[in-house]
Amino acid sequence: MSRSADPNTAPRPRYRAFSLERVGAMVLRYVYVLRSSWPRLLELMYWPLLQLLTWGFLQQYLSQQGGAPGASPGGGALGTAGRVLLGSVLLWEVLVRGQLGFNMSFLEEMWSRNMANLLISPLSRLELVLSMLSMSVLRMLVSIVPITVLAIFFFDYNLWSLGVGLGAFFVNLLMTGWALAILTSGLVLRNGMGAEGLVWSMMFVLMPLCCVFYPVSVLPSFLQRVAWVLPPTYVFEGMRALSAQQVFRSDLMLQAFAINVVLLSLAGVAFAQLVDGARRSGSLMSIGE
Amino acid sequence: MNTLARPDAVRAEGLTKQYQAARAVDGISFSIPQGSITALLGGNGAGKTTTLGMLLGLVLPTAGSVHLLGQDMSQGRHRVLHRINFQSPYIALPLSLTVRQNLRVFGKLYGVPQLGRRIDELAEALELGDFLDRETGKISAGQKTRVALGKALINSPELLLLDEPTASLDPDTGDWIRTQLENYRRTRGATLLLASHNMLEVERLADDVIMLKAGRIVDHAAPSALIQKYGRETLEDVFLDVARGRGLAGAQAETT
Repeated sequence: MSRSADPNTAPRPRYRAFSLERVGAMVLRYVYVLRSSWPRLLELMYWPLLQLLTWGFLQQYLSQQGGAPGASPGGGALGTAGRVLLGSVLLWEVLVRGQLGFNMSFLEEMWSRNMANLLISPLSRLELVLSMLSMSVLRMLVSIVPITVLAIFFFDYNLWSLGVGLGAFFVNLLMTGWALAILTSGLVLRNGMGAEGLVWSMMFVLMPLCCVFYPVSVLPSFLQRVAWVLPPTYVFEGMRALSAQQVFRSDLMLQAFAINVVLLSLAGVAFAQLVDGARRSGSLMSIGE
Repeated sequence: MNTLARPDAVRAEGLTKQYQAARAVDGISFSIPQGSITALLGGNGAGKTTTLGMLLGLVLPTAGSVHLLGQDMSQGRHRVLHRINFQSPYIALPLSLTVRQNLRVFGKLYGVPQLGRRIDELAEALELGDFLDRETGKISAGQKTRVALGKALINSPELLLLDEPTASLDPDTGDWIRTQLENYRRTRGATLLLASHNMLEVERLADDVIMLKAGRIVDHAAPSALIQKYGRETLEDVFLDVARGRGLAGAQAETT
């Protein structure tokens, strides 16, 4: 080693129980990944764009045929049903992107076999989760904001016109996405990459139950009880009320928020137990294999 | 090196790991004085990596306790993690980040003061300068090992754990890495614990050797003392005696 630049004389770091700098370091790490690859950035918008165009043009076609209830005669600007459908499509994407935005950051660590490096560093589990939540918001915004602009351009549909209610929808959908993401990340950590499929598929199990495209009243009564356990059900019902009747259902949003708090707490406990389970089984030493 | 008056950097007591039917580590106890280099030696499946995993907290022991730098690792291990680091060929750094970005991220995770200067120092000392701004996935295996060592030294750890630090490296690069480790211990007074299959490496670096077999410590002494005890020429011969179950009695019988 060079005597002129001896790296062994450097001052040593100090212990801090919680550090925003460590959260920021992890966010920086994920931003570096996104910046280094334009296909990754493009991929963030790819599926939401496909969904928007497919459902939007289908709705326009049905409107032109006069077959869609609530359709505006002669097509063009969407009728109530069209607005509700596109609102549902976009909010569903918020839910999915919120979950995958967290899971993608987590999977980056698994794919690159870097998780053990993180778990032996001063980074706490809470800081790791907070960094992934931050990236979830960032990725979701990168995915959704351009798509909402395209919705205005193609279909004359402005999601942002939902106003303050939209903020409540976003918060509740993100919280549900995070709860599922934390749970599935823990399952992957505990069971290895064989459980990766859960990350991609679990949200879609909820899709028919949380009544994205139809009201809860359509479901049989026993499934309605299941639906009302899921916070997205309240959001989509609330979005339909706001779009169709211009009524913001704060009661629905508060109920969704309360359930989300419970779900996030349960997911946090499950994550901690799954990490400890991984430490017991020794699987953290063979991550990525 | 006189390490007798210093407190232990590592203390393991009754450390056990049971995986269902298999006992990977079977009640081992050892301590490592500060400022020393100790090698964990043993064949495949002897329990070296599991032992390192338990010391770091990546693997929960079934029984026993671990103290690193005086901290009980079963409680408040985060209090001491900023003073420790680890390198292993079986864990990697993100390949899509440049070398500098990786060092910056880990420097921030460890709360390294004057991080830019620290990265420059490591780049010069470990000769990373030519590829500091290249993606980590696009450099050679030897260069990756140097970068991994840079990550392991980013926080100037008082305790450095290494799992086969020169595995799959050519002799020249391996020798270079060993020189860096010797220099680091000498100039920083750090404690090093390495698991290795490379007997020449262990003979050269280690003050002490812990020999493991089937999860148990079968011997613990300085390399020269082990060679003398087993009546062998090299540590490799001692290793073969232990690995093939000849043990001390077998080795002595063979030499008479």
